[in-house]
Amino acid sequence: MMAARPEAVVIGASAGALEALSIILHVLPGNFRMPIIVVVHVPPDKRSILAELFRAKCQLSVQEADDKEPIAGGTVYFAPADYHLLVESNKTLSLSSDEPVLFSRPSIDVLFESAADAYGMSLIAIVLTGANHDGAKGLRTVVDAGGAAIVQDPDSAFADAMPKAAIEMCPRARVLSLQAIAQYLKEV
Amino acid sequence: MTAPQPCEKVEDIEIRLLLEALFLKYHYDFRNYAMASIKRRLKQAREQLGFSTFSALQERLLHDPSMLQRLLGFLTVQVSEMFRDPSYFKAIRENVVPHLRTYPSLKVWIAGCSGGEELYSMAILFREEGLEDRTQFYATDINQDALEAAEAGIFPLDRVPLFTENHRKSGGLSSLSDYYQAAYGKVTFDKTLRRNVVFSDHSLVTDAVFGEMHLISCRNVMIYFDRDLQDRALGLFKDSLARKGFLGLGAKESLRFSRHAGAFTDFVREERIYQRRAE
Repeated sequence: MMAARPEAVVIGASAGALEALSIILHVLPGNFRMPIIVVVHVPPDKRSILAELFRAKCQLSVQEADDKEPIAGGTVYFAPADYHLLVESNKTLSLSSDEPVLFSRPSIDVLFESAADAYGMSLIAIVLTGANHDGAKGLRTVVDAGGAAIVQDPDSAFADAMPKAAIEMCPRARVLSLQAIAQYLKEV
Repeated sequence: MTAPQPCEKVEDIEIRLLLEALFLKYHYDFRNYAMASIKRRLKQAREQLGFSTFSALQERLLHDPSMLQRLLGFLTVQVSEMFRDPSYFKAIRENVVPHLRTYPSLKVWIAGCSGGEELYSMAILFREEGLEDRTQFYATDINQDALEAAEAGIFPLDRVPLFTENHRKSGGLSSLSDYYQAAYGKVTFDKTLRRNVVFSDHSLVTDAVFGEMHLISCRNVMIYFDRDLQDRALGLFKDSLARKGFLGLGAKESLRFSRHAGAFTDFVREERIYQRRAE
């Protein structure tokens, strides 16, 4: 079966996330078509400043995800600290304070699994640098639903545990450098 | 006859039927909850209760009432923490309490109290501020097990350092250790803290107003609802609040999109504390 035209991008990143995300997000053009929904592991007791940090440098619109917000193309959504971020089947975002998964809230697995359910084959999921195993199971769910899986090349990652775990769970994932991931997104 | 929607997955059909069964048989209504979380929780329930499909779980639920409480355990219980978001409790203490002091008697509703973390936080705050004796607390939840846990006031010892740190950051005037006794890896909170508390089964989805409140705190409950259900709950809070009464929501919840927004003013905006208008 032909791959469906992708409709959304989800990204998970942990240790080393800021630099890795900068390389990808800063170069995407303002007319980028898809929404990009991002979970970065951040400490639960802080208000996340990710959206503010990236807003200044991105051509895309950047914001912290709000509960029940309709997902818009060309927008980057960051999960707020201490909440899981999920995609509903009607393409809205929702938040939850369910228990941390793999000690993480927000959890990459939770985002990926709900996005796989909502977007199926039309999803691109990307696992970046990180020192834990979050995202591997979620990426597998994305692949099983027919979506595209991309993992940052572990050799180029600030922390290689998370990309390695993802590759182990999804041996057929594309393994790319950060620059190549940015290029892929621009061309897809 | 038209063909069925090709995108409706069997599992999604099963989940809708399961929630319908839960409502028709037991009157617990999760049909208007945000589905992504519900689905995740139901999958955990299916796995851990040992069913291969949601249909099988539904059959058992309909014929074996003992399955109800076990399923509700997955659908409703969540672990919170005492003084979660200390800045919220600080704002209650510094901004709301001075207004509450002007009333001779107070009613405070902790809606969706779960295991009681927020209730005990509020009760300690009210004791520290000298308001406890004039206050009637209502702690409500739809889950009987959660209500019993809240009433017992027992928490794992390993969570206490976090609770203590939160309490301190919230502007606590005493030491949290004044309020509990530790033994066997657990802490038991002082039972006098719940002297003025009524624990009650109440649903924001199906139940009505039961009293006139001066403060309602309902945090991280409505994020599980869809927009319509959020509106119903907010309408219930509006009708339950005394004029100029206060409503505190979770850090990522707001009245912004609600049709009841006009009945409230921002009181401490960044902490999502609202005040019912006087008219």
